[in-house]
Amino acid sequence: MTQETDRGADFVKLVVLLIAALLLFAPFLFQDIRSLEVAARICVFIVLVASYDLLIGYTGIVSFAHTMFFGFGAYGAAIALRQMGPGWDAVLLGTLAGALVSLVMAIAIGLLSLRVKAIFFAMITLAAASVAMVLASQLSQFTGGEDGITYKTPDLFKTATKLVVTEDGKVARLFGVKLNGKLAAYYFVFASSLVLFVFMIRLVGSPIGTILKAIRENEARAEAIGYRVVAYRTFVFCVSAVIASLAGSVYAIWLKYTGPDTALSFSIMIDILLMVVIGGMGTMYGAVIGAVLMVLAQYYLRDLMGTAAEALANVPLLPFILNPDMWLFWLGVIFILLVYFFPKGIAGSLARKETEA
Amino acid sequence: MSLLTLNAMQTRIGQYAVLHDVTLEVPEGGVFVLLGRNGAGKTTTLRSVMGLWKPSPGSVSFRGTDLTGMHTADIARLGIAFVPEDMGIFGGLTVEENLVLATANGSFDTDSLARIWRLFPALEQFWTKAAWSLSGGQKQMLSVARAIIEPRELILIDEPTKGLAPSIIDAMAEAFREISVHTTLLLVEQNFEFARALGHQMAVIEDGRIAHTGSMADFAANKDLQASLLSLSA
Amino acid sequence: MDRFLTTIDRIGGVNLLPLAVALVAFFLIGVPSSWVTLTVAGLAMGMMIFLMASGLSLVFGLMDVLNFGHSAFVSFGAFVAASVLGWLAGWLGAESVVLNIAAIFLAFLAAIVFGLAAGWFFEAVIIKPVYHDHLRQILITVGALIVAEQMILAVWGGTPINVPRPNFLTGAVLLGDVAIEKYRVFAFLLGLVVYLALKFTLSRTRIGLLIRAGVENREMVEALGFRIDRLFVAVFMLGSALAALGGAMWAGYETLITPALGAEMMIVVFIVVIIGGLGSIEGTLLGAIMVGLVANYVGFLAPKLALASNMILMMAILLWRPNGLRPAVK
Repeated sequence: MTQETDRGADFVKLVVLLIAALLLFAPFLFQDIRSLEVAARICVFIVLVASYDLLIGYTGIVSFAHTMFFGFGAYGAAIALRQMGPGWDAVLLGTLAGALVSLVMAIAIGLLSLRVKAIFFAMITLAAASVAMVLASQLSQFTGGEDGITYKTPDLFKTATKLVVTEDGKVARLFGVKLNGKLAAYYFVFASSLVLFVFMIRLVGSPIGTILKAIRENEARAEAIGYRVVAYRTFVFCVSAVIASLAGSVYAIWLKYTGPDTALSFSIMIDILLMVVIGGMGTMYGAVIGAVLMVLAQYYLRDLMGTAAEALANVPLLPFILNPDMWLFWLGVIFILLVYFFPKGIAGSLARKETEA
Repeated sequence: MSLLTLNAMQTRIGQYAVLHDVTLEVPEGGVFVLLGRNGAGKTTTLRSVMGLWKPSPGSVSFRGTDLTGMHTADIARLGIAFVPEDMGIFGGLTVEENLVLATANGSFDTDSLARIWRLFPALEQFWTKAAWSLSGGQKQMLSVARAIIEPRELILIDEPTKGLAPSIIDAMAEAFREISVHTTLLLVEQNFEFARALGHQMAVIEDGRIAHTGSMADFAANKDLQASLLSLSA
Repeated sequence: MDRFLTTIDRIGGVNLLPLAVALVAFFLIGVPSSWVTLTVAGLAMGMMIFLMASGLSLVFGLMDVLNFGHSAFVSFGAFVAASVLGWLAGWLGAESVVLNIAAIFLAFLAAIVFGLAAGWFFEAVIIKPVYHDHLRQILITVGALIVAEQMILAVWGGTPINVPRPNFLTGAVLLGDVAIEKYRVFAFLLGLVVYLALKFTLSRTRIGLLIRAGVENREMVEALGFRIDRLFVAVFMLGSALAALGGAMWAGYETLITPALGAEMMIVVFIVVIIGGLGSIEGTLLGAIMVGLVANYVGFLAPKLALASNMILMMAILLWRPNGLRPAVK
């Protein structure tokens, strides 16, 4: 039985390794700008969703403030780069500042609400996130309000930067790919994401991860054994917040633009929820699968829907169903069905199916 | 035929099996005492009968009716009342409202009300007070009163003497004796003196299994058995 | 100091909080006429928020179900009422007060009926399968909220909708130099009537007794022979209908509504329920009035802080009383 469970889990790991390999070679495999955009977004969202899974999957508490922490990191880096100019000092300072604000907020929210009731926590994080959103649009002299801010990142990441030059002074190519700053930026995103993700995998594999699982299985029992449940939950909440914040900084450096839509809006929160549920809660690897599927769907399926709707304009009902404006509606429906029928998500169900077979 | 029959009952809470094999016949009439150490499964047995936890596999039957899978409310309507360990008092409601809720149609039968006031005079005294303001003993009285405001066949009582003053325990024993004339009581008790004074039949539950069952008189006379099952020094 | 606190407790305890807030605001604002206007606005707003929040609080108290989709009922109520008022624009503009009242009555009735039906559907399809699983409950109700908001968007479109007010409720009454908007008085009174009716039901009827008992100890009510799940459906429907009514009244108050209304109100409703304490309608009323007053006073005194004021209020109260001002006895 255990052996077969392992086989299912191994299959999931294999898929995740494959995804990692595809992301590692993405610039060479898919040589267009849009694909690179997608690959970078996938990297960042894997970290973001995994850090959310740390919270929801390993402690069973639901936070709606995860985008807020992501936003702190993004705005931290963005504001520093805007105010101080495109230097590494700005990157470092902004990232740290964002992470620090996230940490402080997480501690405050955690201490205030985690000791009362898990359900309070969900409500309070929602309230906090909405205030953060309002503040971002009101403090427009710093945040650019609804328009957001654009800025320059360190020279290394400029598209015009030549990493390797040929003898005649042009950018060298490797397998047809220009070795320019854009490539450096992508690998910066990839490497940062990999480091953060591996850190989280190690964390859930450590004794702390075991304790978290014990708390998740039976809170009262864990408390009785002597684990300080509130302390552990607050700790995980803080770790998850800081990692989300770092992911936000990385994304801000990649995009060279930060605004409510890319870093703070509630729709990102919904995306995260969808990804973690689709992938499978409490598995870490599920985050990878969920993020890949959702980002691909956002970039390609939505367009496909639009094209299909136009093509089928004369067929009754279908254009309505395929209308890209209805995208969120269908996502919501799928989300509900998933939570009902596949609460373990893809990663969890795969491991299960192999066991049953 | 026995009033209540538990047949190879197993109950799990989450992933932990609390009851492994509880088989028990509770005869009609008198007080049946369920003894056992802390955590042996006494409370779980009562809650499983009441349908608050679902035993599976195994079955519970009451006068030949299979209770397994029935809703708690429907089990209660068969004439089974429950006095839980925490007494289950509605603190925000008055004493009167607590009792009104326990009646079948929302109005009191004069005789049973008079009986309750005679058994527990404090309840009449605090009739319109919020139940949270009662003392522990008075809350226990209210909880028992709720169980007997309507005629019942069987009352499940979980550790009624826990934390009560001796004088109140005496009053409680008196009340139980009177109630048990017409109603069968299934009593979970840690206080062996109290149990011995009241019980007719008894069983000891140990680690989720019935370890001994018989008459209270025999058990009370057998000090060795008591020592081995309850670790009582006396 | 202790003596002072006991005295306060005797004359009403935390119930005096709105009074204290109003008093402090009076001195900060300094202009009596502005203060009266703001206070009336705050009370009216509080009453409408109370309607929206009361169902959420009761449903949570009774079944430990926190419905994140609750604000969908508010939105639907607002849009349904707006549509009905739009169709009956002729009646609204008529000189006859009877026609005016008939129009607004029909609009509110439509919202309530919609709330009842939607509540029944929501409970059966969305909530029932996940009664005892908080995590999935939160996720599923959030999913339902997304779907509901998209439905509103699909039916009513994304552009703001004008909500006409009946003739007899437009304009203001002048009391000396104080102008009081008629609609605010109307909203306050209607809210008050609903509150009193709720209060009466809960304290004087058998079903109310069952609800109060169920909020405290669900298992015990079942052990006494009552099916809480059936009671819960009724409470859920009632709560949804009240939320829809609140939304309908809010639509008339704002006179211009957008599909974002639900999301905005959701935060406020949550804050109210947290402040007031879950499971008691007295607590919910107290929280709603506090939020209404503070929002209006701060909006006047320091407009920049207005949006954050609710949040600050919530934090302050949670630090003081982690379970809210008046939680149900548990």
